[in-house]
Amino acid sequence: MQQVLNGIFAGSIYALFAIGFTLVFGVLDRLNLAHAATFTVSAFLGIELVADLGLSIWAAIPAVLVFGALLGLIIERLAFRPLKGRNDAHFAGLISSIAVGGMFMALLLARYGPDTRRFPAEAFPTTDFQLGGVRITLLQLVILGVSLGLMLGLAFLVNNTGLGRGMRAVAENPHAARVLGVNVDRVTATTFAISSALGAVAGVLLAFYVNSAQMTMGFNIELKGLAVIIVGGMGSLKGAMVGGIALGLAEVFAVQYVGSSWRDVVAFGMLFGILLVRPQGLFGPRQVREV
Amino acid sequence: MRLRTVHVASAATLALLLTGCAGDDTTDTAAPPQTGEGSGDSCVLEDPVPVGAALSLTGAAASYGQSQQKGLKVALDDLAEKEGVTYDLQVEDDATDPKQGIAVFEQFISRDPVSIILGPTLSNAAKTTNPIAQEQGVPVLGISNTAAGITEIGDWIFRDSLPETAVIPQTIAKAKESLGLEKVVVMYSNDDAFTESGYQAFEAALADEGIETTETLTFSKADTDFRALLTQAKAAQPDAIVVSGLIEAAIPLVTQARELGLDMPIIGGNGFNSPQLMADAGEAAEGVVVGAAWNSASESAENAAFLEAFRAKHGGDPDQFAAQAYTGMLLVDAAVREGCSADRAAIQENLGGLSDIPTPLGSFSFEEREPQHPAVVQVVEDGAFTVLD
Repeated sequence: MQQVLNGIFAGSIYALFAIGFTLVFGVLDRLNLAHAATFTVSAFLGIELVADLGLSIWAAIPAVLVFGALLGLIIERLAFRPLKGRNDAHFAGLISSIAVGGMFMALLLARYGPDTRRFPAEAFPTTDFQLGGVRITLLQLVILGVSLGLMLGLAFLVNNTGLGRGMRAVAENPHAARVLGVNVDRVTATTFAISSALGAVAGVLLAFYVNSAQMTMGFNIELKGLAVIIVGGMGSLKGAMVGGIALGLAEVFAVQYVGSSWRDVVAFGMLFGILLVRPQGLFGPRQVREV
Repeated sequence: MRLRTVHVASAATLALLLTGCAGDDTTDTAAPPQTGEGSGDSCVLEDPVPVGAALSLTGAAASYGQSQQKGLKVALDDLAEKEGVTYDLQVEDDATDPKQGIAVFEQFISRDPVSIILGPTLSNAAKTTNPIAQEQGVPVLGISNTAAGITEIGDWIFRDSLPETAVIPQTIAKAKESLGLEKVVVMYSNDDAFTESGYQAFEAALADEGIETTETLTFSKADTDFRALLTQAKAAQPDAIVVSGLIEAAIPLVTQARELGLDMPIIGGNGFNSPQLMADAGEAAEGVVVGAAWNSASESAENAAFLEAFRAKHGGDPDQFAAQAYTGMLLVDAAVREGCSADRAAIQENLGGLSDIPTPLGSFSFEEREPQHPAVVQVVEDGAFTVLD
């Protein structure tokens, strides 16, 4: 049972990260590979806010959310907008987002150095709960709560608000949306901002969960995030949520039943399996060939 | 155009001529062998003896490397007070990457030749870099390499850091005596030569003491989330958890173990041997048992002087890495003065013959290029390492 919880907590962070990825892909058909850099930068920033500026960790979460949104706007403006008009806009944007991600990482390295940074030990609440043999800390509950809350909030936004309607219209067909009066540029910028904000919060939550941030954390989670969005269906928010939790659980059960060295094999094996059996992912749109 | 071909041809010829002229400054492969007069304390060498230190100042082993650098600086200060021989220490960073380590070694062997190389920080790097020095005939003194198979690389390779095969049996024996262990869970990172070597030493020592290993769990040295593994370890209800890992993994492992309710002692290898463990894991580090080569509480004259000098220079206490680095420099000095020579071959010969040199580690001797001095088993109590009894 404890293992299931371990899987869910880790999985909720993967899901939050993946949702940001899949949102941009679903609405704008762009893969934002600077997402992992946003994730890492926010983790370090969260630690700085708590360790150096004395913010409580609860206050750090919204601060990082806003910062992430700003980063998203910068990424959109720098990496994607200048290449909008080209024929290969999707691919060019992907490449240029890798470059912007690299720039962010270099700036991060210059500011913080290559060492692992940790929260000061007193920053975390030490309350924990024991329920029938499992131990849950308050921090873990908050991580789960924030992740789920943000994901549900996003789902509500997309389905029930004007902005969400605009996003769905742009996802369907950007030209038609523009003709119908949707401000495509604003929707694009907002989508990036929301996506990066979610990725940023995922970063700071992971930093809470393992009490450290290091330069390589973005690389690790990027692979998992891509696996999650493929398993869940590229462009499907529900798929990213389910896929993230599924990956978290799969990793944990791999450790339990197969062997700890096989953890990554099992997780990515799952990815292979889904691609073979259901290439569009669990919730992805069925690819219909039209003649 | 015809002109273009002519241009290209003449440019190429010019380039070839220039490279031919400019080739000479890469062939200086030997340190100028410097010999002086006198011996021991009366030895006088005119030029500073060049010493190279290949340390991991950044990357996963950064906390060890930076500590070593501090220890070396204190040693240099102390040696500067003795007359006759001065040292020119160059410290280069291998960024905890064996490939970078190779570049640093090549620099020390040929481009900026040194008489002896100290380091590298990790055994994992040493296995890649030391063969190069062995081939080129440059002595290497490992100041923190504790894996198996280091001095076996060749007769130019020495180390002053007690290997895990010497410390771990003593750790397990003492832990069994003091804590009454019957069954344990073993965890180690299987992607690093040092931790793998530590694991094998633990396995052998546990078997010798008749302690049962109920589970063996592996992780990667870059892992940060150990909860799944620890939950599985908890299910086995061990008397202790034995871990062979580097400090970067040790800290989250210990913290998360306590969080999950694993209160039994955690026994660590040399990777745990850093005050950063207590600094970053806080209360979670209480009860961690680590075998060490350096008894920080030793009251010997050399240790007291070292502690005082380190605290005065760097404000904080030294750890084992600093102590072994400091000792390494003392040993280099002893070897240089013995033959009163900065020649690589002379240092190699004299280093191997050193015995009963007073150091903060104790009375130090080399045997077959391996260190000989007693180890100590420590436990973390009230945020500091104390001797386990």
